[in-house]
Amino acid sequence: MKRFINKKWLAMALVVGAVFAAAERRGFAQEAKHHFRGALLASMVPEMPRFRFENFTTANGLPNNHVFAVLVDGGRIWAGTDNGLGLYENGKWKIYTTADGLAHRAVLSLALDKRTGDVWAGTMGGLSRISGGRIDSFTQLSSGLSNNIVYGISIEGENVWIATAAGACRLDLHTNQWSLYNERNTPMAEIWSYAVSATPTKVYYGIWGSGVLEYDQKTGQWDKYDDPDGETEMVLFKDQGLIHEIVTSVSYIEKDKVLWAATYFGDSHYDGRYWHNFLVKDSGLPSNFTNQVKGVDGKRAWFCTDKGLAYYDGVNWAVYTRSLTTHKPVMTVRDAKGIVTEIPVTSGPAHNYILGIDFQGDDIWVATAEGLSHGILQR
Amino acid sequence: MIRNPGRGQMRLAVGFCALVATMFSVVFWSEGTVDAATAAANGAEPEYASPLELLFSPQGERIYVLCNESDEVRVLDAATYAPIKSVAVGHQPRGFSLSPDGTRLYVANSWDDTVSVIDTRTLEVMATWPVGAEPSGVAEGPKGDYVFVANRISSDIAVLDALTGVEEKRLMAGRGASYLTLSPDGKRIYVTHIYPNPPALRTGLENRTPPESEITVIDAQRATVVDRIPLPSIAGVFHLAFSNDGRLGAVAEYHPKNLIPLAHLEHGGAFAYTLTVFGADVGQPVEIPLDELDRYASQPFGVTIAPDGSRLYVSLGGSESVLAIDVPRLLHFVHSRPRPVSGSFAQDLSASGNYVVARIPVGHNPRGLALSNDGHRLFVANRLDDTISVIDTSKLRVAATIALEGPRAVSALRRGEQTFYSAHYSFQGQISCSSCHIDSTFDGLQWNLEPNGFGRDIVDNKLLEGIKDTAPYKWNGANPDIGTECGPRTEKYFWRSENYDDRTLTDLVTYIRSLPARPNRWHLPGSELTPAQERGKAIFERAVDKFKKPIPETNRCSTCHSGPLGTNRKLFDVGTKRATDNPGLLKAPQLTNIGLTAPYLHDGSARSLEEIWTIYNPDDKHGRTNDLTKDELNDLIEYLRTR
Repeated sequence: MKRFINKKWLAMALVVGAVFAAAERRGFAQEAKHHFRGALLASMVPEMPRFRFENFTTANGLPNNHVFAVLVDGGRIWAGTDNGLGLYENGKWKIYTTADGLAHRAVLSLALDKRTGDVWAGTMGGLSRISGGRIDSFTQLSSGLSNNIVYGISIEGENVWIATAAGACRLDLHTNQWSLYNERNTPMAEIWSYAVSATPTKVYYGIWGSGVLEYDQKTGQWDKYDDPDGETEMVLFKDQGLIHEIVTSVSYIEKDKVLWAATYFGDSHYDGRYWHNFLVKDSGLPSNFTNQVKGVDGKRAWFCTDKGLAYYDGVNWAVYTRSLTTHKPVMTVRDAKGIVTEIPVTSGPAHNYILGIDFQGDDIWVATAEGLSHGILQR
Repeated sequence: MIRNPGRGQMRLAVGFCALVATMFSVVFWSEGTVDAATAAANGAEPEYASPLELLFSPQGERIYVLCNESDEVRVLDAATYAPIKSVAVGHQPRGFSLSPDGTRLYVANSWDDTVSVIDTRTLEVMATWPVGAEPSGVAEGPKGDYVFVANRISSDIAVLDALTGVEEKRLMAGRGASYLTLSPDGKRIYVTHIYPNPPALRTGLENRTPPESEITVIDAQRATVVDRIPLPSIAGVFHLAFSNDGRLGAVAEYHPKNLIPLAHLEHGGAFAYTLTVFGADVGQPVEIPLDELDRYASQPFGVTIAPDGSRLYVSLGGSESVLAIDVPRLLHFVHSRPRPVSGSFAQDLSASGNYVVARIPVGHNPRGLALSNDGHRLFVANRLDDTISVIDTSKLRVAATIALEGPRAVSALRRGEQTFYSAHYSFQGQISCSSCHIDSTFDGLQWNLEPNGFGRDIVDNKLLEGIKDTAPYKWNGANPDIGTECGPRTEKYFWRSENYDDRTLTDLVTYIRSLPARPNRWHLPGSELTPAQERGKAIFERAVDKFKKPIPETNRCSTCHSGPLGTNRKLFDVGTKRATDNPGLLKAPQLTNIGLTAPYLHDGSARSLEEIWTIYNPDDKHGRTNDLTKDELNDLIEYLRTR
């Protein structure tokens, strides 16, 4: 763990050490000491959300430990896994498989139609709609879906926007018309579409190797945002534009007109005029390899990386991870000056390889490569 | 409704002329039917009311009659049966309901895609709201905030703002969503649908698996789907009713036996007609048959339960009667018999003797039912008689018949329609044309009609609309005209009982030839093709493929599917012959409203239009399509849906 030590911190550490030494002499329990130190440190670092993580694996009902996507629907939690779709409700898991009509066992993406309550699942073998327990599936053979590998879904009004391995598409639920978007009718240089974020005004696609595509709902026109330096392994000018062409996730905050974009080489924030990019070297990101970004608003966002979960509040960063050596949970907070502080925690996400996140009030649900985690906010 | 007597006399005269013309056409029936159909098209056909549904006002002083053909709601005095007023609504109204407070009457107009809102105090239409495709049922939520509309074509429920009629969202229902029922506690809305749901997954045996239907359960306050009660082996689900205490629900339905050859009609092999009962009084839903050992209860439609919960009544559209069921005996049967694993007693033709207490003959094609508030009078809408039967429920017999104002003469067309919907002609009254051609359309099922052998030539049922100029008929083109299709072949392979006499057959053919195509919802009259449809049209009409190679004329879409109906009426081999098929040649089917009629191909093996080409056209024998990209194929399908 990185730790930046200056005189002020050194003095504080001495004080804390003295207090601990006295406490130990008086026979305080180790647990109490732990909390005491945490309380002292907490008074000096930015207040960032702390969670108690409860983790789900196959041992307690999850259909598979490899969780690609998680979706919160009120009190119901959907988990898209490598071997089925799990629904956690009232303390129990219900598992949907291909025998129930699911298009494929591997569920890569999930989206909720908030108006109807229907859940859409993107799988390795097509698109499925789960409605009132009934599953209808759409494949590239049985429907207008462009490709069976569905990496991303976003619902906007009557439109289901879909990111597939062979282009983007839209299903109009009123007319059942499929519209396909690819290299023939958009500026998409590559058709490997990884993510989509749709709103009534704009729709953004994250394309593997082709940057970010923007669809203007009013004009019906497409625009494109690329990495301006065109380099795959370096950044020539920071904040010049999109950080990298290999875009894995997009999250558009319509009310703030802010786009968050994740790549395997850092992350980007775009307010319609200025880009601001995040790299490990100059931010609190634990890794540049980001599987998903989910904006809370124009300033705040969560980053799912291969080295843990990160939260950015617009100034400070918090990272929730596990030690690579001890596997013990670790939380760090990085303030505006770049000072990183470890916060004592007793629980953490099930695994460092984070694939997705969703929010349940103040709680978070986190999809990882080795289980599903419920982060319960500690007040 | 007050009618112009002059017009009425004219209609009588026209009706008489039509009758005479029909009698003369016995020998030359084909030509005769052309005349009759033309007369109908010219507007000379009498204007029948065709009462389809009935409602009592909350206090029971009025009866509302939904008249499907005259496009109106007639209001009758419930005591004297005297007409009070007729309210004109939209085209082909199919369903209606009162708001919980009784101040609004909502009418779903199926052919012009609107809902008429009638103020029940003034009996005037206060608003007409545009809704989805082919609205067939409507209900207001308990709080008066939402109106729910079942759209038959789009198979969904439109949720409207009850004040403005503005659609807020649509909820997915079963295929052919049509009928809505609000639960007695107002918490749930139950929706049924007339066509089976598509199979969830491709198995390669889609056309040989039992159909599946559902009751869609909607939270009436949140307007979201909260449950779907499965109805296994069911295709064709109609009205649903609850007991007043909400503890018993019952839904009328068809249980087709399309996986076995129709030769077994005499063994009870075509349909079972059943109710699925559910609720706290029942436990797990259970299917109970209405048929008797030697007399079928063909085409149950309307259901109502007496206020005291003692009786349940079912209208039988094909059997032209109403069944009375003793509810305590029914519940005793359900609880005392070992329940089959399937949850269905449909195969037990002796079962109904345990709970059916009367079968009361009424008029032609009885549909909607309404019970008086005291439960003493049951009103039955005889759609094809323009009458309402009033059944004395204490005596279980018809006490009165209300003749709605209008023409009394029965035209050839109307007689033909009566024949179409009557199960009278088939063995034990099992089936009529309308058993499979629900509401004169289709049923989404595949049947083994076995003229060429058991298990051979499985065929998909086809839409009847607009078929008069598409001869020859049947998938293999074996029938040169509708008369052959509906006459000797039907009698031999379907009815296994009574043949039609010549006039009856002529009338029936007249009716079938008169069936128009409903408006195409993907291309409404006067509208332009969308860009995708235009692109698809170009693909449909192309003569050169994407590699600049000429497409042989016989392999172009526009050759076989030529003309306004989309068929050149010739036989082709499009590479879809199965090992169980005798002929390889199939008649190019018409494309009329093809977007509605999944599944596709002669045996229904293609679940969607896409599968015709993504799966069943590997050698380009069904048109040159393998050079197309996916988006081009989507464009072609967008165009086909406009046909």
